[in-house]
Amino acid sequence: MLELHAITAGYDRHAPVVRDASLTIAPGEAVGLLGPSGCGKSTLARVAALLHRPDSGTVVLDGTSVRRWRHRAPRELRTAFGVVFQQPRLSSDPRLRLTDLIAEPLLATGRRQESAERVAELATTVGLTSDLLARRPHEVSDGQLQRACLARALALRPRWLICDEMTAMLDASTTAALVAVVEDYRHTTGAGLLAIGHDRTLLQRWCDRTVHWDTLRSRPCLT
Amino acid sequence: MGTEKRSQAAWRSVGPNRRSTRTLRLRTSAVLVTATVLAVLLVPPLVQLDQQAVDLSAKLLPPSWAHPFGTDDVGRDLLLRCVYGLRVSLLVGVAAALTATVIGTAVGATAGALGGWADRGIMRVVDTVSSVPHLLLGIFIVAMFRPGVWPVVVSVALTHWLSTARIVRAEVLSLRSRPYIDAAVSGGASRWRVAVRHLLPAVLPQAALAAVLMVPHAMWHESALSFLGLGLPTHTASLGTLVQTARGSLLAGQWWPTLFPGLFIIVPTLAIAGLAGAWRERINPRRRSELTL
Repeated sequence: MLELHAITAGYDRHAPVVRDASLTIAPGEAVGLLGPSGCGKSTLARVAALLHRPDSGTVVLDGTSVRRWRHRAPRELRTAFGVVFQQPRLSSDPRLRLTDLIAEPLLATGRRQESAERVAELATTVGLTSDLLARRPHEVSDGQLQRACLARALALRPRWLICDEMTAMLDASTTAALVAVVEDYRHTTGAGLLAIGHDRTLLQRWCDRTVHWDTLRSRPCLT
Repeated sequence: MGTEKRSQAAWRSVGPNRRSTRTLRLRTSAVLVTATVLAVLLVPPLVQLDQQAVDLSAKLLPPSWAHPFGTDDVGRDLLLRCVYGLRVSLLVGVAAALTATVIGTAVGATAGALGGWADRGIMRVVDTVSSVPHLLLGIFIVAMFRPGVWPVVVSVALTHWLSTARIVRAEVLSLRSRPYIDAAVSGGASRWRVAVRHLLPAVLPQAALAAVLMVPHAMWHESALSFLGLGLPTHTASLGTLVQTARGSLLAGQWWPTLFPGLFIIVPTLAIAGLAGAWRERINPRRRSELTL
């Protein structure tokens, strides 16, 4: 169970981006979060993935409340989340070939010997050919790069997937392919999913339930 | 195609002859740097002449075919002395610039990657050190040791890592908030791995450029310290000691012992700076004026 309770977070303590947001995701459940641009969805996603320390509120993961964030969070908690960001160009190191990009989490957690096999398996899953794997990010399209980013997010077999507007800049067929990969993964592993976006139709078809940003507030808004 | 042309024009159309001037500068610098490096590497082993050979009967001869740069006050050939001096000055320049860059990159990357209190603390130390005039600090450091090449290298390196630390820290701070670093953290990477695998390779071009720009500056410092009598011992030919020993004869009307070592300081350093400038414009045309010599 992933529970976010009354999260207030932002980049300036005096002007938080997210105020009092609460959200619960059960294991195996797919939750779609809808909201307008700039409302704080991505910040909430970063809090949920333990990448951003909230100003107040608690994150409870499988009954234990999380106390540390980013590098301070224990590695097994951090790697329990697979995160796919909105812009594949910015979320991939421009110097790494796609193979290395996908293998990076495996190398970072000391699983070098199984990395080649796992990368090949993931590449087949997301539909990347070996010719593409040898290229660097600037030599592939956004869609191909996002496939690699999804493969990287799945590399450590996370229990939770957080897709932050994963398909916002992709065409319909790539969107369909990536969503299918995520759904396959969820069916085989029972992972939970937080899918963030502003495409209502897509999220309603994809997820078990969708929530609108405005309904996340645990307390009524004072302003 | 049209947009590409226009965007190039936006950077480059500063003056009508801007491009050709830059190419000329680049080519001249490249030729001069190559000539310097070849002279420094090839002349000593190929020309079996003793740069220390004293010949009092030939002292203070003006430039001639036998001695193109003339001779000094104890009859040593100045061209040979200048080449040997340039060798020492270049060695000091390169070694000091490399050491300073390594220190600066390590400090800047640590400050930027750790952030928060560590960053503030480290950068206040940098501010404090840079508030002391660096030539004065250099003189203080070099005065603690016996004269020699390595004290000069240490002195120049310890006073010149500050700007590199600032550049690297700024670069690391801007990289740190990129989503690919988030992705690495989420993928289980440790701080060390993020720094070594993702941050340092990205700041390396900037750091290398800072190192090259520092070489001429370090050479000037070596000359200044030697000229003040603090750097290298007088029998070691370095461009600074050559100018220093020639001072006396300048007042007596002998211009060549000062002019030629002086040119040997100015021309190679300007050539290296010219090459570094061209490289800087190449890696980022918009940042032309950010790094100063």
